[in-house]
Amino acid sequence: MIEANLPLLVPLTFLILALLIPLIGVRVPGAAYPLALAAVLASIPMAGFGLFRVIEGGPVTYTLGGWEAPVGIELVLDPLASFLTLVVTVVSCLVLIHARHVASVEHPDKRVPYYSLVLLLLAGFCGILSTGDLFNLYVFLEISSLAGYGLVAIGDKRSPVAAYRYLILGSVGTGFYLLGIGFIYVMSGSLNMADLARILPHILDQPPVLSGLILMVTGIGLKMALFPLHFWLPDAYSSASSATSALLAPLGTKVGAYILIRVLFFVFDPAEVEQRVPIASVIAWLSAAGVLYGSLMALAQQELKRMLAYSSVAQIGYIGLGLGMANPLGFTGAVLHILNHAFMKAALFLVAGNLRVKVGHSNIADMDQRLSRQMPWSMAALVVAALSMIGLPPTAGFFSKWYLVLGGIQGSDWVFVAVILLGGLLNAIYFFRVVERVYLPFRKGSSDHAAADGVQEVVESREVRLSMLAPTLVLAGGLLVLGLASSFLVNRVIQLMIPPGL
Amino acid sequence: MEIEFIAGHNLYWIISLLLLVGLYGMLAKRNLVKKLVGMNIFQTSIILFYVAIASKKKATVPVIDAALGSVDPAHYINPLPHTLMLTAIVVSVATTGVGFALLISIFRRYGTLDEDTLLKRMR
Repeated sequence: MIEANLPLLVPLTFLILALLIPLIGVRVPGAAYPLALAAVLASIPMAGFGLFRVIEGGPVTYTLGGWEAPVGIELVLDPLASFLTLVVTVVSCLVLIHARHVASVEHPDKRVPYYSLVLLLLAGFCGILSTGDLFNLYVFLEISSLAGYGLVAIGDKRSPVAAYRYLILGSVGTGFYLLGIGFIYVMSGSLNMADLARILPHILDQPPVLSGLILMVTGIGLKMALFPLHFWLPDAYSSASSATSALLAPLGTKVGAYILIRVLFFVFDPAEVEQRVPIASVIAWLSAAGVLYGSLMALAQQELKRMLAYSSVAQIGYIGLGLGMANPLGFTGAVLHILNHAFMKAALFLVAGNLRVKVGHSNIADMDQRLSRQMPWSMAALVVAALSMIGLPPTAGFFSKWYLVLGGIQGSDWVFVAVILLGGLLNAIYFFRVVERVYLPFRKGSSDHAAADGVQEVVESREVRLSMLAPTLVLAGGLLVLGLASSFLVNRVIQLMIPPGL
Repeated sequence: MEIEFIAGHNLYWIISLLLLVGLYGMLAKRNLVKKLVGMNIFQTSIILFYVAIASKKKATVPVIDAALGSVDPAHYINPLPHTLMLTAIVVSVATTGVGFALLISIFRRYGTLDEDTLLKRMR
């Protein structure tokens, strides 16, 4: 009974609670947070059971309203979808535990709409992950986008401007996606993904089908901030409140990457498409450029959140690179990197949030050695996450880059291998810039003063409260666990996701 | 052949033109309200595209009743794109609403809706 409903359960829980919170929150504003947390906590076992069930017994489908597949809308939970649903729920749960204090410090008067929008965003994400219908995906994409625009607007003084830019570019993205579906629908007469996968090989030579695919990929590229369609991302992530950017940065662009995987590898046959238009190669080359561009821009930033936002552009590049290689190893690397980057970026943005709450800023230039003694645990989490971003073993980041490099070697794409290694080097430079300030005593300029004072200065602990520290440490510790468990993950879980066409 | 290519698809040419006008408005106009107008034109052109692909000459509503339309399915207009567009119109209205809310918020904080002035005041 419950198994058949699994694909619907998680998005429905979020959707119902997202609507309940404003209704209850009008009377009892304090109820908003417990309700949101309850929804996310309840969704983790559902998502976990879904993944377990799918690995044991194959995909689960749910037909909405009892209308059978090609006519009606079906929700499908396959290994890829159920795995990413679990990642979304776990990461969002940790971020939400952390967000309670951040939200009450950064925007105390907007808590009810904030939590409602968070759940709406998650409902959109989980709906995108579980739907088996292209137009239904568009609807969920718009739900998550609209919630995202609202969330970005709850932030510092500039945030409405960043949200407005995000809205304009986001609408172009979803508009292109919708237009692309229209092209494909005209030629195929179907919107169901499994049905399309059967029809498309016969009509792939028709120009509208290929134009439709290009339009869709352009639209998705805008939503996932694939270089050079990333303009909206740095402003949106750095202006939004810390709680929002910790939620949007690890998950938002990853869901975009998921749509790309779904359309490019499951609806279309990548090898057949590649013979007609080199979409995968274009994505790979743009991503390679994105890795270098994002890393170089991150190097130039003076503010931690903005640096992390540009670093997201680079990390999206890694994912796109793995997908663009269009071979099983590159695909494995890309999926593993979606998981790892969700944990790394969440951990890093939580550290940035901790800094903002306790120190009041996150400017890299104003950080100094005192931080490592005042906030030892947060800074330790920063170091672990930074090592993972660079890709040093045994952290998780090493293993996804390892598979990406293997994928590059398998496809003899030596330029991509070089870009991945160079990207890791640039990552090392821009993270050590921060780590060096926090841990090494000698500083230019004010160094004499600080060094002289440092001896007598009594360092009082300014570590954040447990509700903020615990999620940060769990995410950072999770990076080590994921690193150690990566061979298990690849062999038992990701192996099942590799699309048949690869 | 060229004449037929243009004249035979004049509806699609108009839709493409609208799409480009909308895109131009969204990306090139410096006034934020005009960007939103551009966004609406852009979305309307996509809605028109869907309505256009569903239409058929000498066809009628898909109701199996001779009094209302026709009992022959060959004479039906495809209703699916229309229903899809009902959803898309709702989405478009919601996006416009969020856009206006953001514009009000921007105007309250910076006192302008011109992008150049705004960028100066944001510094």
